[in-house]
Amino acid sequence: MSMRGANLLTLEGMGREAILDVLDTAASFFDVNQRTVKKVPALKGRVVASLFFEESTRTRLSFETAAKRLGADVVSLAVASSSVKKGESLRDTISTIDALGLDAVVLRHRSSGAAVQVSRYVPHVRVINAGDGQHQHPTQGLLDVFTVRQILAERHGVVASDSGSSLFQGLRVLIVGDIRHSRVARSDIAAYSALGAEVRVAAPGTLLPTALDGWPVTVANNFEEALAWADVVGLLRLQHERGSGSFVPSLSEFTSTFGLTMERVALLKPEAIVMHPGPMNRGVEVDSLVADLPQSVITRQVTNGVPVRMAVLYLSVAEKKESL
Amino acid sequence: MNLLIRGGTVVGPDATFRADVLVESGVIVAVGEGLSSPHATVVDATDCWVGPAFVDIHTHLREPGREAAETIETGARAAAVGGFGAMVAMPNTEPALDNVPLVSYVLSQGAKTPLDVAVAGAITVGRKGESLAPLAELAALGVRLFTDDGTGVQNPLVMRRALEYAGPLGIRLAQHCEDEHLANGGVMNEGALSSRLGLAGRSAVAEEIMVQRDIALVRLTGGRVHFLHLSTARSLAMVREARAEGLDVTCEVAPHHFVLSEESCSTFDPQFKVHPPLRPDADRAALAAALATGDIDAVATDHAPHAPELKDMAFDEAPAGMLGLEHVASLTHEALGVNPVALFHLLSRGPARIAQLRASDHRVGLSAHGGVIMVGEDANLVVFDPKETWTVDRATLQSRATNTPYHGRALTGRVRSTIVKGRLVVNEGVLQ
Repeated sequence: MSMRGANLLTLEGMGREAILDVLDTAASFFDVNQRTVKKVPALKGRVVASLFFEESTRTRLSFETAAKRLGADVVSLAVASSSVKKGESLRDTISTIDALGLDAVVLRHRSSGAAVQVSRYVPHVRVINAGDGQHQHPTQGLLDVFTVRQILAERHGVVASDSGSSLFQGLRVLIVGDIRHSRVARSDIAAYSALGAEVRVAAPGTLLPTALDGWPVTVANNFEEALAWADVVGLLRLQHERGSGSFVPSLSEFTSTFGLTMERVALLKPEAIVMHPGPMNRGVEVDSLVADLPQSVITRQVTNGVPVRMAVLYLSVAEKKESL
Repeated sequence: MNLLIRGGTVVGPDATFRADVLVESGVIVAVGEGLSSPHATVVDATDCWVGPAFVDIHTHLREPGREAAETIETGARAAAVGGFGAMVAMPNTEPALDNVPLVSYVLSQGAKTPLDVAVAGAITVGRKGESLAPLAELAALGVRLFTDDGTGVQNPLVMRRALEYAGPLGIRLAQHCEDEHLANGGVMNEGALSSRLGLAGRSAVAEEIMVQRDIALVRLTGGRVHFLHLSTARSLAMVREARAEGLDVTCEVAPHHFVLSEESCSTFDPQFKVHPPLRPDADRAALAAALATGDIDAVATDHAPHAPELKDMAFDEAPAGMLGLEHVASLTHEALGVNPVALFHLLSRGPARIAQLRASDHRVGLSAHGGVIMVGEDANLVVFDPKETWTVDRATLQSRATNTPYHGRALTGRVRSTIVKGRLVVNEGVLQ
């Protein structure tokens, strides 16, 4: 389903063509970001609200930078630190902000499904999900596949936007860690599998989802073997501040069984791509030194966040039909 | 007021027959074909079923404490248009109905409505699951059903003592079956769908393990348990086996569990959030299929009004529960197909027996419900049109709340008239 003129709530069911449309658009914005003057006036005069009901540094900064580079006016409300407290009606908060006259809302919320609900409350506003609870984080999934395609295209000496999904055919992706509570994992799995990659997951039994029926993944029974198998390793943040720590006997046991330690790094293919959505728990899911390995593309993910979010905003808002 | 209910088909416990019903001074005085009475108000029952008024044994009326969602008065209006002549007010009010003054207050507020409002008392003080509420004092007030509903009694020793204490009092304990440790704060049924949606799951096992536990405790104590809102095929099977063994256990199902399935939660609309949660379609279908088998004693609404802004919160933050009084008869009728005997068993005779409302109780001013349509019986009657089609509109509900999951749904079968203690409370679908 194309996201031109539409909301971006989930990557599930979005489909190959729609994802490629975003990646190709992002590639042209990537070039804009390399110029001295990084602005394009595609959303001049449009109003984008950035509503973060949950703390976030990089996603928020990335979205707001993207909106500003498109020339949009950005209304920013850090709801997590404002007067809006847990238990306030989502509809009331949104209605108040909607009165400002918005074209789009970028929404981060601690509750799964919040973006879907908001899209019902303000049907005339485009809603971009910037992470909802444990459900989806669509732009993270998009920037992850964008980054992988960009790297593989460079290696193969092809133009990424000419390659379609060809570089993902047979690509082996391993996602490791707290799959159960991860919106990034849900979006990544949808994006990689839509593009033709093979996805495996590795986690302690308690950090796998209760039921994986219908998920386009297989569970890796042996983590070490899976590391040697993978072309891409996606690490997830163990959200121990939200109690995920109680799903394992101890953080140190998690690190010793599912952490990417330096010993395990030796098992990786030399050309393997190691990713992490950030912020990292250095010493928990990754060894302190892993971020600085040549295989690590973590800063590249952050860089690519801006053009991918520019593409999402552009396709969603600029292509929005004016309704009467 | 004299009423002549004319032209309908009377629904008995085993069969139906064509008859008019004449009511005088709150009592049925004649049942037969071609009745006439010059001074009686005629209630047209042409093409309709006439049976005992419905009885809801699971109604959250929210008074005292949460009158913004519902009051006893507004709840009674909703019940009346739903065809109910009596209901049992659940004790999870604020504060909980765990003492004589509060129960007396609710009974007195109920007595101001045209309906019979009975009360379920709390099993434990403050519904905290720790020490027993004054069950004997409340039983002396006429309370026949006790429950900590909203939650189950978690500690098996407390439940055992409650069963032992309740036995000689002739009362029945009603259990909300969900082990809170296992339910673990989940917000929808646990399974592939909850995993996909990133919503915390409430396992079916959380319910089934408590059903199993209480069956064992009934076997141990010789006590009586009523299982509230069973939602899984396995729960029903366990209850069926326990009954075959001769244990005194009864059970109810709520309409949403045999009409809706967990798939509704994929919209993240909190109107579909309820405890126990909506289950997979296989469970829904099993419950619907069991309605007419005799394994289910009652359909009970678990009518749970919430102030509108609370259902506009995020799914995991919104309260659980949905309205039921005004649509349950149509929903049950649709699920049963044309089966008037079963309809009146599930909505009137079965629940009246569980709540011991079959006989009148003059201490609390309650008349007899769920009986046979015959001369001398209290005139609690409903006229139900099995063919009328209509559409649910949340704007026209009698309940103070609007949290119905059925808004916009087309229904077949509708309550046309409700008669309580000989008084025409609803006629032609309109409150009188």
